[in-house]
Amino acid sequence: MTNPEYRRPSPEQLLRQVEAEEQRRSRGKLKVFLGYASGVGKSYRMLDEGRRRKARGEDVVVAAVQPEAPSEVAGLLETMEQIPRRMDLSSPCIDVDAILRRKPRVCLIDGLAYRNPPGSRNPERWQDVEQLLNAGISVITTINLQYIAERQKQVEAIRGKSARDSVPESFIRSADEIEIVDAPPEYCVTRTQDAGPDSPMETARIEQQLSELREIALLLAAEVVDHQLEEYLRQQGIEQSYGTHERILVCVTPRSNASLMIHRGQRQAERFHGDLHVAYVEQDDLSDSDRDTLRDNLAAARAANAQVEILHGEDPVSAILAFAERQGITQIFVGHSLRSGWLDNLRPNPVERFILDAEGIDVRIFPHAAAPGEHE
Amino acid sequence: MSPEEPRRQGRLKIILGYAAGVGKTYKMLDEGQQLKASGHDVVIGYFEPHGRQDTIAKTEGLEVVPRRIIEYRGKQFEEMDTPAILARKPEISLVDEFPHTNVPGSERTKRWEDVFIMLDEGIDVMTTMNIQHLESLNDRMREITGVQVRETIPDWVVKRADEIVMVDLTPGALLNRLARGVVYAPEKARQARDNFFKETTLAALREMALRQVAHEVDVRQPEAGELKRQDVSEHRERILIYVTESPTSAGLIRRGRRVADYLKADCFAVSVQSGRAEPQLAIEQHLDFARKLHIDTRVLESEDAAQALVDFAHRNGVTQIFLAKPPRVALPFLSKKQVVMRVVRLAKDLQVTVVAERRRV
Repeated sequence: MTNPEYRRPSPEQLLRQVEAEEQRRSRGKLKVFLGYASGVGKSYRMLDEGRRRKARGEDVVVAAVQPEAPSEVAGLLETMEQIPRRMDLSSPCIDVDAILRRKPRVCLIDGLAYRNPPGSRNPERWQDVEQLLNAGISVITTINLQYIAERQKQVEAIRGKSARDSVPESFIRSADEIEIVDAPPEYCVTRTQDAGPDSPMETARIEQQLSELREIALLLAAEVVDHQLEEYLRQQGIEQSYGTHERILVCVTPRSNASLMIHRGQRQAERFHGDLHVAYVEQDDLSDSDRDTLRDNLAAARAANAQVEILHGEDPVSAILAFAERQGITQIFVGHSLRSGWLDNLRPNPVERFILDAEGIDVRIFPHAAAPGEHE
Repeated sequence: MSPEEPRRQGRLKIILGYAAGVGKTYKMLDEGQQLKASGHDVVIGYFEPHGRQDTIAKTEGLEVVPRRIIEYRGKQFEEMDTPAILARKPEISLVDEFPHTNVPGSERTKRWEDVFIMLDEGIDVMTTMNIQHLESLNDRMREITGVQVRETIPDWVVKRADEIVMVDLTPGALLNRLARGVVYAPEKARQARDNFFKETTLAALREMALRQVAHEVDVRQPEAGELKRQDVSEHRERILIYVTESPTSAGLIRRGRRVADYLKADCFAVSVQSGRAEPQLAIEQHLDFARKLHIDTRVLESEDAAQALVDFAHRNGVTQIFLAKPPRVALPFLSKKQVVMRVVRLAKDLQVTVVAERRRV
């Protein structure tokens, strides 16, 4: 989203959009139930949705259910048509050919992150799903957070063990619908461990881990929803932001207290799970030392994972406000150092202009130098 | 749940959704059924059927504490019978619609106050609410939905819940339910679809709910997790909210509360009273509102509001001052006399946040 041109598609882009749209129409729909651990009830939700669709007259089959599924799942399963799995090298995998021959409208496939035995048509189950979608069959599937490739490091750091199988996050994000299956951690602890954990301390440790995973899964779902919403608004040519998500813009100059502002911006973005942008308006008349400071500041911004933007314009305040408007910024951080000779000037100084002119955006003004009480 | 601790506080669980029809009540009853099946003593304290057959079927076999009739202005209203639930003293009580406002003449104004009484009596409560009733999100909700929600619930009440669980459903599926008449009767459904139930509105509400539950999960994690992520030497933030008679104060208070919650900061709401002027009712109402959100309030006496605020901030170790965006003035140089601009000039060593009203979408 750093490229402002993004919102004005070229004719080629429009053509590609139309083609993509046509492809989407003939393709099956993918729906993913996302959980943060096993035992939250994903298989049940998937089968329950299958049951309800079947009751409404849709042609639904089941191609895979996790073997460790609880008893209420078995009850639901009895009422559904199943396509038996094949045994390849004594490991079961879904029978893609049989599903393609049967050609149901909807196919339920539990456990998206499954590695097929060597010699199968596709190495991974998500590729089987891709093939079914391309054939116009809709798929409802389930996945646990720990199997999403891009999240695995984060999850590993929490759980202390790694998962072998994985699905690329882009495949999950390409889903037409994603739903989170949420449950409190103690529910998973009691459900997944037959005899229960050994000690109260062990229980507390597992609950803590699960709670961290749960937070990540909820935020992932929120990101997907946010992304789909923006995509939709863009397609409709709506340039508005719903402001559901904080976007912070830190304005740096060679003389602002950039390290404090970036640090605060980063913390605020982390706490609110928002985005951090850092902008600088190009000035020609910089001294060598100012230029060095600025380079350091922008390097610090990149190190803080900010999206850095160099803006151009005669009037820095207007350039920044125009950029903020385009990006749906919710908070602008500016330094006191932007002011110049305001005492003998009757016109508003730059800080005052930000306050008066930033429509619907909070303006946070920072002290020039590190103030007492501010520890870095 | 051990019987040898007679005066234990009940546990509160909130089932959170983002709109009517996502399945909160169904989920509450379903869990109630499961708890009953595993031997717990469960009653329905209050249940709002909305004529939904699936949901009504889920009550089967669960004991219901009948509602009581309360007369108000010659009309009869049905309310939850809190005294009867307390007398029945179940292990677990299911209470629908946590943010509900009781009809005048009830012992307490809000249903959540009734729930707190049950918790004090050691009854576990499972309840339901939608994200748009959360007080600190009130302004955002108006921006997203165009509707001002009147029945709000203070954030600290939700913070007291032991557990919050999200009931998720995609907006597409919800709109389907609406079209099939599962959620509302047909004419009401059309109305709802035109206003509140636009797909983009629903998507925005859903995102807010997901983020809120993630936040609630985060604040409930033990401090060990906290230390891992946070710079230990970090200075604690103290936020000062400047309250005036202006209607923008309510939004400012909510915003300050929300930021303070996320930054785990202390929070004050301060107004400045001039000796010459009469105390204003609006200011008193705003300070009252702040206290309801568990914000400490102070009234300073001074003829110079900006100076008084900055002095107070310095004396009390405030790190950030929150003010509302000033109204536009005809002549730009006049804006220099506004309290906001003077605070910015005087508080050179503090951070000042000027909060603008968010645009209506």
